Amino acid sequence: MCHHTTPRFTGLARRVLMLLAGFALAGCQALTTAPDSETNSNTEPTLYQQLGERAGLAQIVEDLLYLIVDDERINHQFKGVNVAEFHRHLTDQLCQLSGGPCTYSGRSMRKAHADMAITETQFNALAENLILAMEQNGIGTGAQNRLLKRLIPMHPDIRNL
Amino acid sequence: MTHRLLILATLFALACPPASAAIGSRIWATGGVSTIEGSAGGGLVPWALLGSYASDEEWGGTLALSQAETDDYSLSVTGAGVNWNNRIELTVARQTLDLDELVFSLKDGFGLEQDELNQDIIGAKVRLAGDVLYSPWGQWSAGVQYKRQRDFTVPDAIGARDDSGTDLLLSASKLIFAAVFDRNLLVNATARATKANQGGLLGFGGDRNNGYEVMAEASVGVFVNRQWLVGAEYRQKPDNLSFANEDDWWDLFVAWVPDRRLAVTAALVNLGDVATLDDQQGLYLSLQGSF
Repeated sequence: MCHHTTPRFTGLARRVLMLLAGFALAGCQALTTAPDSETNSNTEPTLYQQLGERAGLAQIVEDLLYLIVDDERINHQFKGVNVAEFHRHLTDQLCQLSGGPCTYSGRSMRKAHADMAITETQFNALAENLILAMEQNGIGTGAQNRLLKRLIPMHPDIRNL
Repeated sequence: MTHRLLILATLFALACPPASAAIGSRIWATGGVSTIEGSAGGGLVPWALLGSYASDEEWGGTLALSQAETDDYSLSVTGAGVNWNNRIELTVARQTLDLDELVFSLKDGFGLEQDELNQDIIGAKVRLAGDVLYSPWGQWSAGVQYKRQRDFTVPDAIGARDDSGTDLLLSASKLIFAAVFDRNLLVNATARATKANQGGLLGFGGDRNNGYEVMAEASVGVFVNRQWLVGAEYRQKPDNLSFANEDDWWDLFVAWVPDRRLAVTAALVNLGDVATLDDQQGLYLSLQGSF
């Protein structure tokens, strides 16, 4: 395959080169693990890119909403919510949080959840559904963890603690 | 042994339940597994986590069967626990230590004919504050383990002072998201005040020391993904009996949590010298069902 592009390399040589590049990248990643640094070269995808950019995030949020509707632990908390608006706000929020070019324009987390009396059980249920939605969209474990890391600080605001 | 078979049957029943059965809401693997003393944790070291998946409006429970096979001993543990609102964990465990090789030295040295030691452990753990996932300072728990020897002849003969004892524990656990190659890292530390010899299987207190000592225990694990946890544990031990030196314990473990109902843990354990028999290394396997 691809005989016309780089004829100087055999298939095996190219695979070895790619493997070496992979090791080099893994090394870079290990060296640049400053917590929230989004300084990346052109080769290493950002968290935003790993999540499929805004279109990918919109799909994740849509799948999340389907999971919420079926989840007896939390679906009552979403009664009367404008689904289209909620979808747009949450997608923007995850987009912005993952370093994408979006601006969340909804209410603050504390204000939005102030009167909902969200329990730990319900918070866990939503976290579980978000993880499942990411899995459904083939998001890797590392990218899932990086997004969760940025979401966790919202826990006290959402739980009104 | 019949009670172990019954529990095994229950574990299988739990592993394939009706689809609608409710189970707790905490995130996968955040209940830890069942330690050899029944409390939630790893294999040898209890963590600040409470067993099962009960969150703040839920009940949950666990059943566990564990087996450790070292060079000269085998330890079987049957354990069960309940969790109320992820606040209080109550556990029971029965340990049976087959003495195997030690039988001969006991007979020759002490004229004792005994081939196993049994111990019952009743545990309680309270989550004091925080959550392992969500709190910046992690989750903190305090616990007690009341242990009672069912056969005190051997521990008595080798210098143990009491056939029962109570361990007091303070634990902290924290999951650090995306910590190692974007994988989540679980760290646990436990301080245990204890008089137990070999965890209590050789009684409590001894001729060399008969007071409480505070021991340090710790473990770290990396979640390769949400189903696989790989890590290590270390447990400092007292040394109360002049009859034989007691070493610290450590292990390397891998836990597989395919879903909330089942957890399988395998470990390489190193118990050091145990009751005059040197360098006890071996394998540990544990099955846990949650409901």
